[in-house]
Amino acid sequence: MAFLDLLGFALGALRGHRLRTALSVTGVAIGITAVLALTALGEGARRYIVDEFATLGSNLVIILPGKVETTGGVPFGGVTHDLTLEDHAALARLGRLARAAPIAVATETLRHGDLGRSAPILGTTADYQEIRRLRLAAGTFLPSGDPDRSGTEIVLGTKVAQELFRGESPLGQVVRVGPDRFRVVGVLAPRGLSMLGFDLDEAAFIPVRTAMRLFNRTSLFRVVAEVRIFAEMDLAKADVLALLKDRHRAEDVTVFTQDALLASFSAILRVLTLSLAGIASVSLVVAGVGIMNVMLVSVTERRAEIGLLKALGAPAPRILLAFLAEAVILAALGGAAGLAAGAAGVGLLALVYPDFPVAIPLWAVGAAVTLSFLVGVGFGVWPARRATRLDPIAALARR
Amino acid sequence: MIELQGVWRTYPVGEGVVHALRDVSLAIAPGEHVALIGPSGSGKSTLLHILGCLDRPSQGRYCLEGRDVGTLSEAERSLLRRTRIGFVFQFFHLLPRLTAQGNVELPMLFAGVPREARRTRAAEVLASVGLLPRAAHRPDQLSGGERQRVAIARAVVMNPAMVLADEPTGNLDRASAQEVMGVLEAMNRQGLTLVVVTHDPILAARAKRVVHLSDGMLADAPAGEG
Repeated sequence: MAFLDLLGFALGALRGHRLRTALSVTGVAIGITAVLALTALGEGARRYIVDEFATLGSNLVIILPGKVETTGGVPFGGVTHDLTLEDHAALARLGRLARAAPIAVATETLRHGDLGRSAPILGTTADYQEIRRLRLAAGTFLPSGDPDRSGTEIVLGTKVAQELFRGESPLGQVVRVGPDRFRVVGVLAPRGLSMLGFDLDEAAFIPVRTAMRLFNRTSLFRVVAEVRIFAEMDLAKADVLALLKDRHRAEDVTVFTQDALLASFSAILRVLTLSLAGIASVSLVVAGVGIMNVMLVSVTERRAEIGLLKALGAPAPRILLAFLAEAVILAALGGAAGLAAGAAGVGLLALVYPDFPVAIPLWAVGAAVTLSFLVGVGFGVWPARRATRLDPIAALARR
Repeated sequence: MIELQGVWRTYPVGEGVVHALRDVSLAIAPGEHVALIGPSGSGKSTLLHILGCLDRPSQGRYCLEGRDVGTLSEAERSLLRRTRIGFVFQFFHLLPRLTAQGNVELPMLFAGVPREARRTRAAEVLASVGLLPRAAHRPDQLSGGERQRVAIARAVVMNPAMVLADEPTGNLDRASAQEVMGVLEAMNRQGLTLVVVTHDPILAARAKRVVHLSDGMLADAPAGEG
């Protein structure tokens, strides 16, 4: 009740100085807008990257031969076993994996007519398409069937197809890799650079058995597998490790999952967003100093009023509260205006760049509101205390 | 009710000391009408500030209704000002953004009186100074005399025991001054203690008792001496 009355008193005082009030409200609003806009951008970047990973399939388990971590005590240098097609076949039978694709990779020159182009060639199976969510612009992917089968089909990345065929349809045409001849069965839809830095548009795909013979390899580059149930990622990883340990009689493979990568990327970007918010809140401090300035001017200008209030016997805590309320109202109005401006700005950004998933995270809204309140109180206390310490006689004497 | 005993008020100025009041002893009974006169710089205002608990004696005792004001904390003196003392100033000191009603409500607002009670009481007091029809006007829409009557209403709205008026007519024409003094004297007749600081001999002559101050010292004189 009494507090509401003081609030009314403070509002009345602010209304008396509209321009000054508007300016300091604007200061806070800009600060809050900056905080919201920058966190929204950071959050947008995070979501963008997370989405990008999700299209790669965040439920992937990737198995590579060799142990990445150093584990002491492996006698005689620790021979690592090859990761073979038989290993892949065993992995594919694991109950927790939906599908698994072997990968053998080498960079070779693709030739068609007198045109040649160096490109990474992936030897794999039909399952790879599903696992990597590849879409085809024309034709089909590698035929499904026994991975052990040596086929002569080739699927081209969109850029490779463009460069080698210059506009004519590559389907059914012959591409040579070294001495071998391949028949083009499909062309991938443009995909762009994947987050892992591997450009699928620049690649070509052939059956894995053929690739291993062609590249003269005995070991697969890696096996990528898709987990049946996302929540069982860790169990699946353990299954894979146990299976290969059993087959190789040693723990000589590395298994990593993309959700770990995803989680660490997400964490890094969240820190980035936080630091952006931190930078933006510097402008809030500037706005706070603005409020303090306004309140100090107000206290100086209203010496007579404060002197009068003291002469009337207004208790010092109430005078303090009245002036503090003014500062908080300034900050709160600024906060509200900033929220509105920030939301509008982010909305506009979303309209202009619909692909970029900008969004103001809820915690940023909470932080902005809290910050503006703290700015009001923090920078309002000192001027308000000055008001209560004013000597009423001196304050009333001037006119 | 008011008892000053050997009150001194000194201010340090540079190397030396200024004596605003020298050994002032004065007693004012409840319901008295006292005029405090003297040339400017004689210490009238200082004395009024001490009486109004805005200032404290450097030396000596000031008892208000039996309490030694010198020993009270700022919060306690603030409470005294709020409940026992009303001020009327030469320059009115009304808040320009508030209406007459709002200005009269101001002491009650900071005293935490509920809104409805404030309304009723302010209207009552405004009626007693004859300004109820002007309640919704802001100070810049009122004449000088009306402004001072609003200030008087504000001074008495908390039902104080005494009103201290510092040159209440100093800024008014003669007719308005008459009006204002009429209001103050009417309240005095109802038992309100009234202390008026003035250098206007005609105004002082209306008081039942005149206290002369000169160079910070008292020279008590009978009423009507001028």
